[in-house]
Amino acid sequence: MNATAVRAGFLTTVQDLGRTGFRELGVSLGGALDPHALRVANLLAGNEESAAGLEITFGGLRLRFAHDRIVVWGGGNFDAQIGSTSSPAGHPALVRAGEEFSIGSPKGGCRAWLAISGGIDVPAVLGSRSGDLRGGFGGVKGRPVRDGEEFPIGENPPRTEVLSKKLRTVRIARWKPPHDWSSTAQRLPVLRYVDGADSDRFVESALQLFNQEAFFVSQDSDRMGIRLDGPPLERSRDVDLLSEAVAPGTVQVPPSGKPILLLNDCQTIGGYPKIAHVINVDLPIAAQLCPGDRVRFSKVSITDAHALLLERERNLEQFRRGLESHFS
Amino acid sequence: MEITPLGDSALLIRVAENFDDAPEGALNKVLATKRALEVAQIPGVIELASAYTTVALFCDPVRAVNAGAPVENVFGWFEQRIRKALSEMKEIQPDRIEASLVEIPVCYETEFAFDLEDVARHAGVHCKEVVDLHCGAEYRVHCLGFTPGFPFLGGLPRKLATPRRDAPRKEIPAGSVAIGGKQTGIYPLKSPGGWNVIGRTPLQLFDLQKNPPALLRVGDRVRFRSITREEFERSTS
Repeated sequence: MNATAVRAGFLTTVQDLGRTGFRELGVSLGGALDPHALRVANLLAGNEESAAGLEITFGGLRLRFAHDRIVVWGGGNFDAQIGSTSSPAGHPALVRAGEEFSIGSPKGGCRAWLAISGGIDVPAVLGSRSGDLRGGFGGVKGRPVRDGEEFPIGENPPRTEVLSKKLRTVRIARWKPPHDWSSTAQRLPVLRYVDGADSDRFVESALQLFNQEAFFVSQDSDRMGIRLDGPPLERSRDVDLLSEAVAPGTVQVPPSGKPILLLNDCQTIGGYPKIAHVINVDLPIAAQLCPGDRVRFSKVSITDAHALLLERERNLEQFRRGLESHFS
Repeated sequence: MEITPLGDSALLIRVAENFDDAPEGALNKVLATKRALEVAQIPGVIELASAYTTVALFCDPVRAVNAGAPVENVFGWFEQRIRKALSEMKEIQPDRIEASLVEIPVCYETEFAFDLEDVARHAGVHCKEVVDLHCGAEYRVHCLGFTPGFPFLGGLPRKLATPRRDAPRKEIPAGSVAIGGKQTGIYPLKSPGGWNVIGRTPLQLFDLQKNPPALLRVGDRVRFRSITREEFERSTS
């Protein structure tokens, strides 16, 4: 049971919720840059929330299916179609055998996540199906999907069959998740952060600049990290640290004073001082930042960050329960 | 010992103040801390990752709250449990830390050793002496990172310390043994890098077919053994 990427697009990779348990060996977390969007799309497709889907960067993907599937996508502002019918973000849609799902160029943001009922069934490597492009493993042969490439899709879960029957005539479900769960690109993005583990290694004015000024996303940004241009952030001591753990969301500052916001494929350790950490619930916003975009940072307390995370999980749990009626 | 948040889903435990004066002492403290935290099985912990003087504890605050942590003080709850686990940890003597000794065969011949001459010039010795010094020391793995399975080894003879290259190479072959500052290491995968390459091992440092996939672990003792071109060929074929 396969799907074929008739056109792979700019950068399409297989991602699930990432690889844990191997950071000690230097293996990156990886996984969808917006795990929440992938979880929501998976739940809507009748999958386990951790099933592997596609992360589509800058669009341009055309995917042909050999069997009927429910597909759900979410992320930036894209136009997607099934055949010639528009397939809006967040709405579960039935793709019949032989039909194509296609997604155009972004009009806002840069990434989308596509869940396919049954999940992408490439072999799990170190407990995850995510493609680690730097390590060269996981996903489709450790690299991005190529034009014309076929990859395996798992069997439709029984609950999906129920939904497929309901969508046989209408094709695209009228219901969808809360708008900002499946459409995550923001016009004036603000990323909330907590104090960095090395805030004391910066001059006071640098900490203020970071909390007040706008920064611009540089060309040189990828799944490892977003390089930012803006007022240089001056360090109070001009020495790097002994390398220690970093994580997605860490904002580190090299001697140039230009901060780098680390994302899921970042190295497991780093020696640059850490001025801030973007909070977990705002990483989906970071995942939509494109070169040239302007972004601001706003400081919150750790308690606020935890309260926001718990609220999001409670809402997702409620949403999961609410979905049951569509699958029975 | 200082416990600092590393964002909202991890804590950084700094177990030693100083590395350069007592690297082995710091490493043994790190290993002991890690072991104590593994034994403690604190709910909500996802994984531990150590490097030099620190142990990072990655956690899921949601799972911690479900296990009884107060929403308004999740990290306080973790910190209390971390400190308790560490206070119960018996003082572990450095010689009681079990660390396997791994021997790494290295071919130091010119075709693999792009920067051996530079290292020799910097140390003011002949290439042969660089090899003897490099093989004569015993090293310990302080950290794995940069790419999966890349070991950062402490214990390099002072004389061999060589600054990183001004311009990093775009591609360093897998198995390359190199010197960067006061450390030596091995590139497990073909990757860019700025260290001075002095040889190559036929061993695979990171092998997904093996469990665990990394040849070396933090704390391991390492020695290098010089091999000929023929031995290198035999081991790779």
